[in-house]
Amino acid sequence: MRFVGAVAALAIAASAVAGEIPRADRRSGYEFMSRETRAMQDDDTANPGMLWVLEGGTLWEKKTGAAGRACADCHGDPRASMKGVAARYPAFDAAIGRPISLEQRINRCRIDRQQAPALAYESRELLALTAFVARQSRGLPIDVTIDARTHPFLDAGRATFHRRQGQLNLACAQCHDDNWGRQLAGNVIPQAHPTGYPLYRLEWQSLGSLQRRLRNCLVGIRAEPYDYGANELVDLELYLLWRARGMTMDAPAVRP
Amino acid sequence: MASALINVPARAKRGEIIEIKTLISHVMETGFRRTQLGAVIPRDIIRRFVCTYNGTEVFRAELHPAIAANPFIVFSTVAVESGTLVFSWTGDHGFSATETAAISVD
Repeated sequence: MRFVGAVAALAIAASAVAGEIPRADRRSGYEFMSRETRAMQDDDTANPGMLWVLEGGTLWEKKTGAAGRACADCHGDPRASMKGVAARYPAFDAAIGRPISLEQRINRCRIDRQQAPALAYESRELLALTAFVARQSRGLPIDVTIDARTHPFLDAGRATFHRRQGQLNLACAQCHDDNWGRQLAGNVIPQAHPTGYPLYRLEWQSLGSLQRRLRNCLVGIRAEPYDYGANELVDLELYLLWRARGMTMDAPAVRP
Repeated sequence: MASALINVPARAKRGEIIEIKTLISHVMETGFRRTQLGAVIPRDIIRRFVCTYNGTEVFRAELHPAIAANPFIVFSTVAVESGTLVFSWTGDHGFSATETAAISVD
């Protein structure tokens, strides 16, 4: 028994020094998937995420709110105006003095410019618009801006990533930095690079945001998940996107 | 809101076997699940999918509760003449959706 304890202690000590994944070893969740699931993502008529993109395109043109304006009235052709936008989020918002997620940016636009009520997190409409915007960045490198204003929030996200929490007393890093590529029950542990959000998860039978995925993981380690839109989740998003900087966007992705 | 994605080759040679892919947005609620309070969530599925090619039925499928959300149906047919393919899905609670695609055969 003491021997097992010593081995476990050694394993934890080894994992504590493993640290961040070197750039050359970074792999998108796509590379951990089966051939069939990859084929599903690669074919736009087999990728169910495209149903949300299709709907998002309709919403983009639809006039709404007291201002009677559509997204297209200000932003014009999304292929030009939204190209690379999703790859830069979460981005700093000067009005509230902290980074906001793409979903929050869409809702700010709805409230301020369209004078329409905010869309609920994970509602079909918000996911559709987010997927539509994210689709315009497919193939582009992730490029979040880290400067003096966003650095404190990046540090906060990094701290959350490395902080043990929940009844299982696990940190994100223990799985996704130290043990990626190994099995967790029947599943391969990916590196947690959010290249394709919002994405269609087969387990959900639906599209979902990165925050939904993060909340799933928190429940998995028996921690109380942060609320949708909570600062902690946005900071964690910022850290994860920075950690995946330069990797190629593939939204809307398909994941098991 | 029903939305569907259809992939039919725009052109084909006469007699060629063409592959048709369809994907439709639907929850496919099985009717076996319950809410946290124990109430049964009523079944809401697509029951039938039919494809006609210039009025002739070329493919039909019956769907059942075990089929996943957003059913993806792929099938093949022989390109016989230029015209229209009509796809229709019907299901519970009066669900009905129709899409069309044109094909030109030479």
